[in-house]
Amino acid sequence: MLDRREFLGTVGGGIVVLLVPEGAAAQQRDAAHNPFPPELEAWLHIDETGAVTVFTGKVEVGQGVRASLAQAVAEELRTPVAGVRLVMGDTALTPYDMGTFGSRSTPYMAPQLRKAGATARELLLDLAAEKWNADRATLVASGGAVADPKTAKVVSYGALAAGRKLVHTIPGEVALTPADRWKVLGTPLPKADATAIVTGALHYPSDMTRPGMLHGKIVRPASFGAKLASVDTSKAEAMPGVKVVRDGDFLGVIAPHPRLAARAAAAISAQWTEVPQPSNADLFEYLRHNMEATARPEVEQGSVEKALSEAEVKLTETYTVAYIAHCPLEPRAAVAEWNDGDVTAWTGSQRPFGVRSELAEEFGIPEQRVHVIVPDTGSGYGGKHSGEAAIEAARLSKAAGKPVKVVWTRQEEFTWAYFRPAGVIEIHSAATKAGAITSWEHLNINSGPAAIRHAYDIPNQRVTFQPARSPLRQGSYRSLAAAANTFARETHIDELAHAVGADPLEFRLANTKDERFRAVLRAAAERFGWGKQKGCGIAAGWDKGSYVATCAAVSIVDGKVRVDRVVEAFECGAIVNPDGLENQVTGAIIQGLGGALFEAIEFAKGRILNSRLARYRVPRQSDVPPIETVLLNRKDLPSAGAGETPIIGIAPAIGNAIFSATGTRLRSLPLKSTEPRP
Amino acid sequence: MTGEGHMPTEIIVNGVRHAVDAEPEAPLLSVLRDDLELTGTKYGCGEGQCGACTVLIDGAPAHSCITRLASVAGKRITTIEGLAAGGRLHPVQEAFLHAGAMQCGYCTAGMIVASAGLLASNPNPSEAQIKQALEGNICRCGTYPRIVGAVRMAARSGGPHA
Repeated sequence: MLDRREFLGTVGGGIVVLLVPEGAAAQQRDAAHNPFPPELEAWLHIDETGAVTVFTGKVEVGQGVRASLAQAVAEELRTPVAGVRLVMGDTALTPYDMGTFGSRSTPYMAPQLRKAGATARELLLDLAAEKWNADRATLVASGGAVADPKTAKVVSYGALAAGRKLVHTIPGEVALTPADRWKVLGTPLPKADATAIVTGALHYPSDMTRPGMLHGKIVRPASFGAKLASVDTSKAEAMPGVKVVRDGDFLGVIAPHPRLAARAAAAISAQWTEVPQPSNADLFEYLRHNMEATARPEVEQGSVEKALSEAEVKLTETYTVAYIAHCPLEPRAAVAEWNDGDVTAWTGSQRPFGVRSELAEEFGIPEQRVHVIVPDTGSGYGGKHSGEAAIEAARLSKAAGKPVKVVWTRQEEFTWAYFRPAGVIEIHSAATKAGAITSWEHLNINSGPAAIRHAYDIPNQRVTFQPARSPLRQGSYRSLAAAANTFARETHIDELAHAVGADPLEFRLANTKDERFRAVLRAAAERFGWGKQKGCGIAAGWDKGSYVATCAAVSIVDGKVRVDRVVEAFECGAIVNPDGLENQVTGAIIQGLGGALFEAIEFAKGRILNSRLARYRVPRQSDVPPIETVLLNRKDLPSAGAGETPIIGIAPAIGNAIFSATGTRLRSLPLKSTEPRP
Repeated sequence: MTGEGHMPTEIIVNGVRHAVDAEPEAPLLSVLRDDLELTGTKYGCGEGQCGACTVLIDGAPAHSCITRLASVAGKRITTIEGLAAGGRLHPVQEAFLHAGAMQCGYCTAGMIVASAGLLASNPNPSEAQIKQALEGNICRCGTYPRIVGAVRMAARSGGPHA
């Protein structure tokens, strides 16, 4: 267990509450890492001024968690939310955290922080009762102070913390405030640091500087997998102040100014030995022919073979999704510096501790010699799980003996980061003429297993994710494969509804008993005014504890799809921050428009062919239809994450609306791949 | 700064004259960020496609990443750091705060500067005019409807515009 004196030495006096899961407190501390026990998830400190500081390894990438986690603490601690500060994503100050992804901050970190807040509040009540020799049960914690209504005495949390050196862990059972009694949680709270953002004062990773800092630029290979055959660096090395670093296939320059670094890199003449690479023209055949070891079904029940052989209505279709780019507006950036064999890196990442591991491995040093700091970052969407820029900056800094900054260009971000996986999805289904789905076989090749399970009641099922060898580097993307699996499934459900002559909404409701699924479907349909209109589509999905249903209306103008209106109902349990939630849901719909309608990475010969924003459209103002969101607040259910699932309904809703408008069924994302006609 | 012996170029940034020792073809964005340490203006694409680098040049919005230093010699440049006047936020900054018109905030400076430029030339734009004026500014987080709402709010507030 943590050495409490050592710990307090680092924070000064006051009250500290450690979040250590039950049973973990007795385990041995891993002395090789930081001053925290490996089980520690977060901690909270109240100092003698009453300032509350929360230390968590989560990071803020635009999803608003800096605000919502402060709300979680303020709610239970009964203190103004403005007085709660979060220290985030710093591997020396915050305990280990796997990363900020998978919609985990709200369902997992927030309840833990609430327990810490509640524990601190109870402790403060104890201290006040002791101080006044009062009946503890009559005391009230509110507004950052404890009051005794009988005597009208009030003492601030700061005064109670002053002169103390208390370290507590959360007891096994802590009662949390139920959602129907929330005062801070459940209310709108603006984004943290908004004033610094609107004045340009907030320092993002790409804005970081260090004294004596130099600037680095990487000379990239001609294509994926290319090896450096020969290189002439003489022109670059002749530039005053420029240093060239070559280490195997790694080639970079360091210069006192970023423009000079860019000129020096451009002056290097390198020959690369390239290797054959597939292109997107034959992508889906390539994936089918490059499957990895046989996959085990995620769901296997009944007999799909028997059900298909007895089916009244059968349907077999194939769906595809393209690789797409996250395109975070801030590309990868890092500053790194070495001091006595220790390296510190400031970088934008969703996995500060993952980047720490990458750096330790790259340089063959223990993790406690690596310090990673993640300033609030210019977005990620799952695209910043890795530490490329930090490694590059650290390599160059090691060679320079000074801090070095590396900022990727947009083209580098488009080419050398990773993509949302492409995929092929095959669905075989069967239904009765009366509209009951009897069989469901869903095979996803390469794109992933997220949300491959569904909310429909089908007696015979085989649902499988089949990994394949991806020709491009691929990784997480907002909602992972939930968008792909939901697109395929909800398109197919729509096809099945039409095959049996049922209304797509009624067909869905008739085939599920999941009340939360039915509730979002009904809510979206009601707000939308679902009926018999042409050009309207509906889709629904479920993932990571939240439910979504989306309705879209489209028209075809000059042979092109125009989205006229979108209504989305979303339910993620008890709503934590309605303002932040609305922002996330609307943003997800808009980001999802790109993958639905026009985003696709084109590649050939190991090169990305559309690695510029002029050739890779992302949604802009003119792409945005009127959007209405219906946020269902289930105060009786735990709060789930909301950054991901709202993206999964938009593509199938639009695809189904296009079918309704034109009679043409589109089964590939992006949906533009064939030209629908009215 | 880059030591090639050019004549310094004089520019006026947020009301302050600077003699910048940089190559004439240097992008204004880099001069602002790397020479003058005004990092509120952001790099997003380097090709004039995303608007994160928007500044006002003699009052008109421009993409600083594709604006050469030599082309702005003697001109008045306003960056996000220069919008607030006399300790008071610009009405567009106030409106963005009020509307919560941001998520990660990386595009926000460019959005605000572009919007301030719009309102300076058209104090009461229609929704269509706002969307058209901001078509060159990407918000990858998809905060577009709130951004339009913020600009309308700023227009209604009728305050002094840049």
